[in-house]
Order: sequence, then structure tokens, then C-alpha cells
Amino acid sequence: MSAADLTRTAEGGQEMGPRKGATADELLRELGAVLRMSEAEAAALADVPPDEDERTMILNMGPQHPSTHGVLRLMLELEGETVLRTKPIIGYLHTGMEKTGETLTYVQGPTNTTRMDYAAPLFNELVFSLATETLLGIEDDIPERAQWIRMLLCELNRMSSHLLFLATNGLDMGAVSMMIYGWREREETLRLLEMITGLRMNHNFIRPGGVAADLPDGWRDATLRVLDLVEPRLGEYEVLMTGQPIWRQRLQGVGLITADEAIALGATGPVLRSTGVPWDLRKADPYLFYDQVDFGVVVGSYGDCFDRYAIRLNEVRESMAIVRQILDKLPPGDYRIQDRKVTPPPRARIDESMEALIHHFKLFTEGFKVPEGEVYCAIESPRGELGCYMVSDGSGTPYRMHIRGPSFVNLQAMPHMLRGGLIADAVAVISSVDPIMGEVDR
Amino acid sequence: MSDASDDDSGAPGADDEPEPGGGAGPELRHGVPVTESRGQQVLHPGRDELVELVRMLRDDEGFRVCVDVTAVDYLAYDAPRGLPAGVTGERFEVVVGLLSHATAERLRLRVQVPSGDPTCPSLFDVHPGTEALEREVFDMFGIAFTDHPDLTRILMPEDWEGHPLRKDNPVGAIPVQFKGVRNDR
Repeated sequence: MSAADLTRTAEGGQEMGPRKGATADELLRELGAVLRMSEAEAAALADVPPDEDERTMILNMGPQHPSTHGVLRLMLELEGETVLRTKPIIGYLHTGMEKTGETLTYVQGPTNTTRMDYAAPLFNELVFSLATETLLGIEDDIPERAQWIRMLLCELNRMSSHLLFLATNGLDMGAVSMMIYGWREREETLRLLEMITGLRMNHNFIRPGGVAADLPDGWRDATLRVLDLVEPRLGEYEVLMTGQPIWRQRLQGVGLITADEAIALGATGPVLRSTGVPWDLRKADPYLFYDQVDFGVVVGSYGDCFDRYAIRLNEVRESMAIVRQILDKLPPGDYRIQDRKVTPPPRARIDESMEALIHHFKLFTEGFKVPEGEVYCAIESPRGELGCYMVSDGSGTPYRMHIRGPSFVNLQAMPHMLRGGLIADAVAVISSVDPIMGEVDR
Repeated sequence: MSDASDDDSGAPGADDEPEPGGGAGPELRHGVPVTESRGQQVLHPGRDELVELVRMLRDDEGFRVCVDVTAVDYLAYDAPRGLPAGVTGERFEVVVGLLSHATAERLRLRVQVPSGDPTCPSLFDVHPGTEALEREVFDMFGIAFTDHPDLTRILMPEDWEGHPLRKDNPVGAIPVQFKGVRNDR
């Protein structure tokens, strides 16, 4: 394709065209590269007879389907009730947040990124802040208390995100009562986050340099209350779902993916861990103070929907264990870096110091300047590796701000989990990948 | 465009980026120039070396995961870009992030793509997980990935004109391009 073709880009529809069976060549391209299979194996898989009476059917699922978690649209090629090809069609929620990020200062940046993965907003703020701090070269100067508060908030947010998954997963599978229970516990967690940050979602609390405010009075009791409340409820979920034969039959052996496939497809988070790969950035490449807390990486062994459900359920327990350790270890100190170039001065200083007033004014009008360079930071969000690639040209706004959303990449694994399964299982697979469309489309 | 390459030729002397080789040419790793950015290793392969380098890194060095593919449009950039000597800065840059599970090591590849010929070889056959990421780069920057199985727009509507993340694509003041809305409603 030459440059001339690119000036007008009517590439045609994103739709999946119908086809008369799959040739071995097509299959090799479609599956072979992913599954790393030989040509002979791919040919053997071409079990769809090249027929003339169009036995396969293209079916649209979504974007309004209630179990597609927002506006995910799947085009399924069906033979009877068996799914052959799947193409996720996304972009319905695209709002150009990476472009917007180029016009906002580093101070305003978290308000933008926090709206990407709206079920785990604090992680988006954290990865943006870490990238900014690394570019500034102050990543080692952030006060310890600020880092511990960040960990506390992130683990509470991981709990609420996984509780949301448990609720919607139950709903998708027909366990409607689970939806109500999951939502109830998530609400308790969100209420705690609201008490600490002021907002239930889109907190804009973790900012470059630290966090926005210190923990409020009574936060420790409120946190303990939530932990004590959720702990027995998780046991109730186990009784309600984990041991139930209907639940197990609905999920076990459905949406299988192997470790090699998951790695080749770039899948991270519970999708990768369900295949038995113990990859968790908190353990493998610790950021903040995750090397100072004791927790386990939950892995599955079959790579099916049940493993992904069980992993998330148990990760709530691990997060609660981390939160309890943070309660013991949280040091006193400052909650943000005392670098006047990054952190606004306290309100009282503005009345008496000209410099404080100038700093305050400059910070909130043009922001702080970040030295030129480029950096990639990654953290473990509830859905997998959340990365931020940031390029600075030395001005007050990022020259380029790219977020590597785990849901976006994990969606690619879905066609391989769906292939050969029943269409009724498609709902289970979508649910188990747990895509958040705000992050997919950004 | 010309600004960017001027800066790069002056970069080794003026830039405060570490230049370990001094006057003895850029440091090489796996046969391509390597630099360090904020403690992270960055390789600078050419477009024609990219696929073979990534394949070799996957098979021999354990970089089995391609975590990220993105691009940057350096059209309006007027600061040193941190490129090693011998690498000419072009308008576009495809940035590939690789990860090794065994050593938890990360590598970043920055590939220069000129604006006159915005194409780049696709990594699909090495890392099939780059499929959607490369489509996103194509959609946002108009960089065509040769040998990509399904190079169509992924986030923007398929009849959208232009590539939004290019720096000459302004923010706001764009006529709404959605088609198919009738006026007689």
C-alpha cells in the first residue's frame, strides 16, 4: 500500500464477509500463526466442507446485547450452533482519549485517564502518575506514605472490580441472585473509596507526585468494617456457585485456551493466569511496595471459564490480605512530594508567600514542565498489564500518551476461546474475559 | 520534518542522554543500536530488520510476549529525540514493547517510518497478538502494516477520513463525518 492510497482511507467495512468454507490456507493464517501448528494440522482442522448451499451463517451479537458488557459487538460465523470464526468489532465507545491527553497538562492528565477503565479507575491514574514521575526523575522521591496509600486504594479498587465481575458473571450465567450480592459488596467497597477520595468512581485521587489528600479520619475503622463484611460473603459465594453442579457444568471446559496461545496472543491478567502461568507484575516486577507485602499469585490449570472465575474470586481474598498488611505497615509522613514544581503549595501559604502564589498559579494554568524523553510503565490492573507509554517534548503537556489497555489485547484471545464451542457458551466466554469497553475503545 | 532530523544530527553532542561509546559509534545489541531511556533499554532497528530481530528475540532470547505496539508522530517535536548516532529520525516511529517472562526484562524497539512511505512490516506472523494493536496504529496514524491479515480501521468508523492521532490532524473544529443521518427527520 503506497502513501497515495492512504490519503483517502475508505478501507471498506469492518464486517466479516461470508465465505464458502475455509480453505487450508485461510485456516493456517487464521489459526496456524496463533496456534503454532503445522500446515498438515491446519489442513486437518479444515473440517468445514466447502459447500455451495451456504451452511454457515453470520450472526451479529451486540452491540446492544445485555451480556456484552457495554458496546462490544461480535460477528460470529456459525455452523448450526457451533461457532467457527469470531470477529470482535469495537470502537463504539471511542472518544479519542489519547488525543485528548495530548492537550491536557500533566496535572489534568489523571482526570482523563481515570475514565478509561471505569471499573478500575485508580489503576489508570496510577500508571499515568508513575510514567510522569519516571519522566520527571522523581520516582524514588515519592514519600513512602503516598506509595502505601496508593497500594491501599488500588487493592480496594481491585476488590471492587472483581466483585463487579462476580456479579455480572453470575448474571450472564443466569445466577441472578449473585448479581445482587456482588453488587451489594461492591457498593460497600465503593462507599469506602468515596469516603477516602470523595467520589465513587473516576476519583482523580492518585496524581503525579503522590495522592490528592491524606486519608480521612475514621478510614481505618471503615476499611476494617468492609474487610470483615466481605470476608464471610465470599464464603457465601462459594456455597452459592463454586460447588454447584449447574455452575460447574456451565463453566468447566468452556472457553479453553492454552498457555502458549495466551502468551502468543499477548493475553495478561486472569486470562493468562488461568492457563497456569504465574505472571503477575506485582510479584514479577514489583512496583510501589508490593515486594514488602505477602500475597499469593492465584493460577488455574485448565484455562477455562471456571478457572478465570475462581482466580478472580480468590484474588479478592489476596487483595484483602494485602489491605490488612497495609493497615499494619502504613507509615506516617507526607502524602505527596514536597517539590514545589510538582505539588501545589498548601492553601495557607498562598496568603503569606508571593512565591507560593506564583507556584500555585503556574501549576494550575500551564502545569509543570517535564524533561524530554520517552518511557513505558506497566502495572497489574485487575484485567492484566496496564501500560502507559509517554513521550515528552519538554513542555507542560505530554507529546504522546498511549495507554496499553489489557482488555483491548485480551479481546484478541476471545475468537480462539470461542472457536468450536457452542453459541450458548459465547456469553460465558465474553463474561470470563471481563472486558471493560471504556478501556478497549479509549 | 527537517527540524526533527536537524535536531538528531546535533543530538549526540548537545543531548545529555548517556552516550557510553563516546566517539566510537553507538553501542550495539543484537546488531542494532541500543540506547537507554530512564533506565529502560531501547533498540533502534531499521524497518527491514524488524521482523527478523523480533523473531530472533522470541526464539533465542526468551522475549515471548509482545505487549504493546504503538506509534508516535514526531511532526511537531522540537527537542532531542534520544536517537543513537547513525539513526535518522523520521516523522513516524513505531514503538514495539517486548517482554520476557523468564527474566521479567523488557525491551522497547523504536522503528523509524518516513512520512513519504508510511509502511512497516507486520509482526503478526511472529506475535499474533499484535493484530489489533497494529490495526489501531493504522487507524490512528495511517501507517500500513504489510502482510497484516486484516488491515482495516478498528476504532474509528470505517468511512472516516484521516488519521486522528497524526499531529496535523487538529483537535476540535472537525466537521462531523458520520454518514447516513438523514436531514428530513
